[in-house]
Amino acid sequence: MIPFAFYLFAILITGLFLVTVMSKNVLYAMTSLAAGMVLISGLFFILGADFLGVVQLIVYVGAVMAVYAFAMMFFDVTRDVEERHDKPWLVFLLGGGIAVTLVVIFAAPIMGETVHALYPPVAGATNPQAVGLVLFTKYLLPFEVASVMLLVAMIAGIILAGKKMEISLSAMDEDMIADTKEHA
Amino acid sequence: MMEVTYLGIIIKAILILAIISAIAGFGTYIERKVLAFMQRRLGPMHVGPYGLLQIAADGIKLFTKEDFIPQNANKLMFMVAPVITAATAFIALSAVPVFPDFTIFGIFVPSIAADVNIGILFVLGMMAAGLYGPLLAGMSQANKWGIIGAARTAAQFISYEVVTGLSLLAPIMMVGSLSLIDFNHYNETHPWMVFMQPVAFVLFLIAGFAETNRTPFDLLENEAEIIAGYATEYSGMRWGMFFIGEYANMITVSVLASIIFLGGYTDLWFIPGWLAIILKIAFMFFLMLWVRASWPHVRPDQFMWLAWKVLMPLAVINVVITGIVIMV
Repeated sequence: MIPFAFYLFAILITGLFLVTVMSKNVLYAMTSLAAGMVLISGLFFILGADFLGVVQLIVYVGAVMAVYAFAMMFFDVTRDVEERHDKPWLVFLLGGGIAVTLVVIFAAPIMGETVHALYPPVAGATNPQAVGLVLFTKYLLPFEVASVMLLVAMIAGIILAGKKMEISLSAMDEDMIADTKEHA
Repeated sequence: MMEVTYLGIIIKAILILAIISAIAGFGTYIERKVLAFMQRRLGPMHVGPYGLLQIAADGIKLFTKEDFIPQNANKLMFMVAPVITAATAFIALSAVPVFPDFTIFGIFVPSIAADVNIGILFVLGMMAAGLYGPLLAGMSQANKWGIIGAARTAAQFISYEVVTGLSLLAPIMMVGSLSLIDFNHYNETHPWMVFMQPVAFVLFLIAGFAETNRTPFDLLENEAEIIAGYATEYSGMRWGMFFIGEYANMITVSVLASIIFLGGYTDLWFIPGWLAIILKIAFMFFLMLWVRASWPHVRPDQFMWLAWKVLMPLAVINVVITGIVIMV
C-alpha cells in the first residue's frame, strides 16, 4: 500500500509542478503549485511525520501560496502571460545544472555507508514533541536567530507599508480625499 | 475483537460525506426558520408541512438550473473552484472525532476516520486550504466583483487563521497534546476548558465565524457592497457546492468548539456522551444563526482592525499568561 501511495503522490507532484513551470496561464501555474504543495504533505504523512505534513499544509498552502495569490491579482488572469526567452539554452543549462546538483547533494548521503542519525528520535515522544526536543536543544541558536530575523522583517514591512497609516480613506468624505490628493 | 480495516475507513468516509451533506441541506432550512422566527416571520411554509419539503424543492431547483459559465472566464478553474471548497470542508471533518468509540457486531469502531495525533492542526490546515475555493472562483470569473471578493478572501483567511491558531495555543499548552481525543479525555478529569480559558473561547468563536464566512464577517459575498463577491457568476449546483462547503465548515467549527471548550463527548450528568455532544454542536450551530439575526455586517477596514489590533494581541497576551501560570 505504501509504495503505491508514494508513486501515486510522486507522479502527481511531478506532473503538477511541470504544469506550474510550463503553463503560460497564471491561474493554472498558481493552482497547480498549491495542489502540489498539498500532495507533498501527503509524502510526509506516508513517512509518519504527521506534524511536518501539517506544517507543510499550513505554511505553504495556507500562507505562502495565499500571499502569491495576492500578488497574482495584479495580472489579468484570463489572458496568457507572454514570456521572453532571449537565451533558451542558458535557461536550460542553468536549470538543468541546478537540478543535477540538487540530486547529487541529496543522493550523496544515501550512497555513503557510514550514515547514522546524530539525533535519533526519543522513544515515546510524539511527533511534535520530537520536533520540539531537537529544535530547543541542538538547533536552539539557529531557531532564535531565525525568529529575530523574522521580527526584523516584520518591523521593516510595517515601516514600509505604514507611511500615512493614520490617514483612512474610508473615514473621510469626498472633499478631504481631494485635498489629500492635491497635497500629495 | 477485530481491528478496523481499510474497508472501515472507506465506510466512514462515505458516512461523513452522506451525513454532512444531508445536514448541510437541512441546515439551510433550519437557518431560514430560525431567522424567520427571530424576525417575527413564518419562513418557508408552502412546501410540505411547515415548509419541511423546502429542501427538496431547493435541491430540484439547484440541480436543474442552467450551469452558466461566463464567456471570458477561465473555464477549468471556474468549474474546479466550488469542488475545492466542498472537498476541503469534508477532508477537515475526517480528523474530527464526534462520538465515543463503540462496538458494533463485535467490531471495535473508533469514531474517527483518520486518527492523526495532530488532529487539531490538521483540521485548521485543511480549513486554511479551503481559502482556494473562493479565491480561485473570484479570480477565474473575469468579473470585478469576483476579484474584490477574492482579494477579501485572501485577506480575511490569512488574518483570522492567525487568531484561530493563537487562541487555540493556550488550551493546547494546558492539555499538552494536539490530538482531539486527548482534549476530550482532558475534559473528563478537569472542568470544561471554557471556564479555564474564557478569553481563548471567545477569540476562537470570533475567528471561527470569520473563517466560515458567517455574518457579521461575511465580507466575501456581502450583497450590499460587492453583489455576491466570489459567487457573483455562479449558478446551479456549483453555487450549491459553495454553500455545502460553508455549512460543513460551520459544523466543523461547532464540533471543534464542543470538543475543545465544551467538554466534548464525555457523559454529562444523566445525558450519555453521544447525545451531549449532539446537543452542544446543535447549540453552537444555533449560536451562529442567532448572531446572524442580531448583528449587522462590519466594514472591511473595521474587520482588519479587529483582527490585527484587538484579537491578535489579546491572543498573544492570553498565551503568555497561560504559560506563566503553567510554569509557576
